[in-house]
Amino acid sequence: MKKSVFLGALTVAGLAAGAAAAGTLDDVKARGKLNCGVTTGLVGFAAPDENGRWDGFDVGVCRAVAAAVLGDPDAVEFVPTTGKTRFTALASGEIDVLARNTTWTFSRDVDLKFTFVGVNYYNGQGFMVPKELGVSSAKELDGATVCIQTGTTTELNLADFFRANNISYEPVPIETNAEGQQQYLAGACDTYTTDASGLAATRASFENPADHVVLPEIISKEPLGPLVRHGDDEWGDVVRWTLNALIAAEELGITSANIGELSAAAGDNPEVNRLLGTEGNLGEMLGLDADWAVKAVQAGGNYGELFEKNIGENSPVGLARGLNAQWTDGGLLYSPPFR
Amino acid sequence: MSDTHSEAARAIAFVRTDMLPEQEPPATTIGFVGWLRKNLFSSVANSILTVIALLFIAYVMSGLLPWLFQSVWNAGSLNECREIMNATWGDTHGHACWGVVKERWLQLLYGFYPDHLYWRVNLAFVLTLVAMAPVLFSEQLPRKMLIVTALYPFVMPWLLWGGSIWGPIAAALGFVIGYYAYKILEPIAGSLVAIIAAVLLPVIWWFGLSGLITGALTDLMPIGIEAVQSRKFGGFMLAILLGIVAIGCSLPIGIVLALGRQSDLLLVKAICVGFIEFIRGVPLITLLFVASLLLNLFLPPGTNFDIILRVMIMMTLFAAAYMAEVIRGGLAALPKGQYEGADSLGLNYWQAQRLIIMPQALKISIPGIVSTFIGIFKDTTLVSIIGLFDVIGLSNAIRADTAWNGIYWELFAFIAFLFFIVCFSMSRYSMYLERKLQTGHN
Repeated sequence: MKKSVFLGALTVAGLAAGAAAAGTLDDVKARGKLNCGVTTGLVGFAAPDENGRWDGFDVGVCRAVAAAVLGDPDAVEFVPTTGKTRFTALASGEIDVLARNTTWTFSRDVDLKFTFVGVNYYNGQGFMVPKELGVSSAKELDGATVCIQTGTTTELNLADFFRANNISYEPVPIETNAEGQQQYLAGACDTYTTDASGLAATRASFENPADHVVLPEIISKEPLGPLVRHGDDEWGDVVRWTLNALIAAEELGITSANIGELSAAAGDNPEVNRLLGTEGNLGEMLGLDADWAVKAVQAGGNYGELFEKNIGENSPVGLARGLNAQWTDGGLLYSPPFR
Repeated sequence: MSDTHSEAARAIAFVRTDMLPEQEPPATTIGFVGWLRKNLFSSVANSILTVIALLFIAYVMSGLLPWLFQSVWNAGSLNECREIMNATWGDTHGHACWGVVKERWLQLLYGFYPDHLYWRVNLAFVLTLVAMAPVLFSEQLPRKMLIVTALYPFVMPWLLWGGSIWGPIAAALGFVIGYYAYKILEPIAGSLVAIIAAVLLPVIWWFGLSGLITGALTDLMPIGIEAVQSRKFGGFMLAILLGIVAIGCSLPIGIVLALGRQSDLLLVKAICVGFIEFIRGVPLITLLFVASLLLNLFLPPGTNFDIILRVMIMMTLFAAAYMAEVIRGGLAALPKGQYEGADSLGLNYWQAQRLIIMPQALKISIPGIVSTFIGIFKDTTLVSIIGLFDVIGLSNAIRADTAWNGIYWELFAFIAFLFFIVCFSMSRYSMYLERKLQTGHN
């Protein structure tokens, strides 16, 4: 009996494999749904609301891709992944794209065989301390107890930083961010270290955020971006240029408010025209409709609008644009030209 | 005569001529005071311990009771909770913010299951109770209710996952085919051929014919209900679903494994021992990772092998290995005379097991079996590690909502409450069962 189940499963699997050999773009179109891997919950980046509808900054990328490919920002199946299951889910084809706060590193790109299509958030590891500790720089943290999530790159960065500055620390291992908040508030550690965006969100949830400061040092580079499997460049292009379209839209002044007007007819700016499909055939080259970028921007706004709504200074997370400003404003966001 | 009497009466000051009425025991040994003296203040050491314990309870309660009852129910976010607490009690410490439970309790119970289909989950749950009742309370309820129990394994998945009705009917038909194959072939071709046919024919049906026939039937008569994907399952419903499947399947598999381990057939014994020792030697979380990750890598891309089904299989195998050892303990505790008695009555192996050995062995094992049940039910929360949204996973997701970021104990308290209800009921039932099956004289 057991063997038969196995053989049966193999047969089914073999049939399915034949069907899956086509490109991811065709699969997604045939399925009518985009399978998008997200976190199981991270403030500002991805979280389900009380009706089970997902929202957040990473979720915005998924919805933009779904809108560009399928014309419907709700045609997304959100697959919650943990830090341990995310890469297998992508490699095995369970998800088409992973937009899960994943740091672009050499080994993930080369060794795990994924293609990072760009960066949607430049993050970095920071420290938070209570104000009463009187510390103004991370280099003054000699001998401090540090709350640190185990098994992450933050743990390794921490060790590197303290060794490079020839100071010592005592780690207090924690498992989740929620546990870290509790331990830090209970005084189990002098300082809490994680991604700066996470620190900002954590601090915002405190009763008296003013009693805590995030130190100026950022001790690591954490460029976070969506990724796809190696070997399907057509699909990689779709995701890459959807992300670029969101960034370029902000640079070109295209917002969800004025996009209807701008895409109605060709205007004065040729690049806007090419992006919005009123001129040229960029959509066709990607294998999408001419108004793919229009739909992507309409899904949740351009990059700046997504940022403001989910993690910007007026949201509860309250992050400044910083490195994530357009290159014209001194940030790192720089979309290649739409030509 | 009267003189003698009066003399004697003079010599002896007092003679009682009638019985005194029975007196109340001293006030200090009865009622509340008596109970206190007997149970709490029977000696100096006990009195000291009692006082210390009372002080400790009072200390805990002084913190816990205000937290539980001086709490905020009507708030849409943690900050709103804090404002209300500040306005009402002057500080925000020591007060629970139940607003999160009020807003999200449906999600914590049903996960992302479509809300207009909640009735199907509720109906499946009621059906579970009805199907369990004739098994759990076999004496009070009519045996005809067992029909519901027999139909339950096919109706419950259909209610939860939905889809065409022909799938579960075809699955049930496989068992009918097996039954009749045995019935018809046994007198003609002997029991061995009949057993082989009873296993083989349903398998051919399930994996060969049923797919084609149900496909055709679905095209002809598309009777069915709205399908719900596994990904929508979550919350406490997922814990109960996994728990029921693991508990329901692990007991029979465990019995077979326990018997197999005692078998004289070398191959059967080796397989059973190998299976039990392997599964018990591996943590459940490893098996769950195998189910969610390793199988994904082995199976070709695009395979749709339902993740919840995979987890169910792993949890059942895990529980079955433990169950086998618990039941083996019960078997080992039976005196050898019982086995010999069964043999001397001329019963064959299965008759002896069914009528004499198993009823006694299972009775001895009840506490261990129920412990395993409770353990596996609580272990269902481990699925949050592989990205399924059970209650623990959902509590993390709720904390990721900007409105509730920073909330902690309230969610855990609610989850603990849910689990306590189920686990405590199981424990109570096992005590009832032990009393019912008590045949000793104490």
